[in-house]
Amino acid sequence: MKSFKFDWLVLPFIGIAVVMLLWQVSCATWAKDLPTPSKTWETSKPYIMEPFAKRGEMDQGILRFTWYSLILVAKGYALALIIGTPIGFFLGLSKTFTKAFDPIIQVLRPVSPLAWLPLGLVLFMGAGKNASELGALFTIAVCSMWPTVLNTAVGVRAIPQDYLNVAKVLKLSRRKTLFKVLIPASLPYMFTGFRLSLGIAWLVIVAAEMLTGRPGVGGFLWQEYNALIYEHIILCIITIGVVGFILDRLMSVVEKKFKTA
Amino acid sequence: MAYLELKNVSKSFGNSPVLKDVNLSVESGEFVAIVGFSGAGKTTLISLIAGLLNPTSGLVTLNGAVITAPGPDRGIVFQNYSLLPWLTVFENILLAVEAVFPSWSAEQQKAHVEKYIEMVNLTPARNKKPSELSGGMRQRVSVARTLAMEPQILLLDEPLSALDALTRATLQDEIARIRTQHQKTIVLITNDPDEGIYLADRIIPLTAGPSATLGPSFEVKIPHPRDRKSINHDEHFKQLRREIVDFMLGSKSERHTAITKKLILPDIEPEDLNIPRSMTAWRKTPIRKREQKEEAVEVKP
Ligand SMILES: Nc1ncnc2c1ncn2[C@@H]1O[C@H](COP(=O)(O)OP(=O)(O)O)[C@@H](O)[C@H]1O
Ligand SMILES: [Mg+2]
Repeated sequence: MKSFKFDWLVLPFIGIAVVMLLWQVSCATWAKDLPTPSKTWETSKPYIMEPFAKRGEMDQGILRFTWYSLILVAKGYALALIIGTPIGFFLGLSKTFTKAFDPIIQVLRPVSPLAWLPLGLVLFMGAGKNASELGALFTIAVCSMWPTVLNTAVGVRAIPQDYLNVAKVLKLSRRKTLFKVLIPASLPYMFTGFRLSLGIAWLVIVAAEMLTGRPGVGGFLWQEYNALIYEHIILCIITIGVVGFILDRLMSVVEKKFKTA
Repeated sequence: MAYLELKNVSKSFGNSPVLKDVNLSVESGEFVAIVGFSGAGKTTLISLIAGLLNPTSGLVTLNGAVITAPGPDRGIVFQNYSLLPWLTVFENILLAVEAVFPSWSAEQQKAHVEKYIEMVNLTPARNKKPSELSGGMRQRVSVARTLAMEPQILLLDEPLSALDALTRATLQDEIARIRTQHQKTIVLITNDPDEGIYLADRIIPLTAGPSATLGPSFEVKIPHPRDRKSINHDEHFKQLRREIVDFMLGSKSERHTAITKKLILPDIEPEDLNIPRSMTAWRKTPIRKREQKEEAVEVKP
């Protein structure tokens, strides 16, 4: 009991202090171009204090940028789940399907978003103004669906024979078997997949925005790099990290709920 | 022709023969117990009758019709209870009732469920999930679910093996009561000769595997209802027990040693995706951590 505050407040605080110190020391020694912590704070202040300000297309409060990014991620992520979950079910249910498609999945899975994005842009070239958004969505969906696909498949294969026997003895219809047995039994696995997919979707968004120059945290980061305002790169990195962390926590709360159910 | 018939039934998994030339006939309304060692093939035998497995050779018939698939006319109570953990007691039974009596109104179905929950004395637990119940209560739910389907024949696969002695005795009495109330045909699988003799009209030992087969049938000439206390002093009971145990030990002519194997009961732990996955990964059994259960299995030295 006594160590609770120490563990959860003091220790992380010490960790942050150590990193700040290293940062400060680096600025003074080998990384002359790296803005110092205080300088970073000074320059970032308007973006943090007025997080929803809109001063121009690429000059907006940091949370406003985050909001744009989150919307795009939500769309791409939804697409990934809608496509990935059924594929996972087919992989889990059919060995033939697995043998046919597992190799190609294993090959496509490690491909970087940076490689997919140009293909996405090419695919939706005809969409004109929307090409960059559609390309980004395509990239997010393609990159982030794999954990959902694989975990769903594992979850379906892990369904204990007992449950399948119950379905057989009761002669449940296909629909009932799916909704009363298969889906509930594999939900805990599916949610692990969903959580991992969300993490990847958030990784991809930054890359996608950087390449397409869309307004958002990633786009802002790249623009400020080109404008030599390095403080904002750090602001963006911290924002991306914190948002990613929060998303992961939220998903694992949901995930835990299903694991103990 | 008897109500339930097994004719020269053999079952192998790949190259390993589990059951060989099993013959059994059970009359309508009869209560037959089959005793056998762990791993002899008892679950395999009951799965053949249930239609969950098909025999490698031979025929299983019920009322003269060959059994090829499971059906609600044969109610099976599984060794591991097999309740769906995401459904409450009520919902688990309702799922069965809805499946077996689809033409009934919702009210009729619900009333039917309540009746059977009441019958196994679980009304206070009706809205609980299986994980909140004790082993004995889970088994009662499982029995209620099966009875609610109103099957013609009850197949009980070691329904009480996983329970402590006291709960076991209580549930044995409950099975005896259900038997006298419903006059159903019952096939009980057990690893305890005493349990078989106490409950059944007839008890048949299954020889030790592999290639297990049924031994001679021993009639239990003790009238129902039987009294647990006095039965222990009954000469006929003692005699029967001796004969059955002798037969079973004799069938174990080759020495077997027991090992314990881990039976994993349903619960789910997601795979760690950081572990590299090979193309054959679908073969890999997933990790299910909680609720592991030890079961003794006979193996040859
Ligand atoms: N689906 C299966 N595939 C392969 N072997 C099996 C399968 N089911 C059971 N067996 C084997 O058949 C034998 C009998 O199993 P089982 O019928 O479960 O025994 P019991 O219920 O008497 O303990 C065991 O050696 C077991 O390993
Ligand atoms: Mg068994």
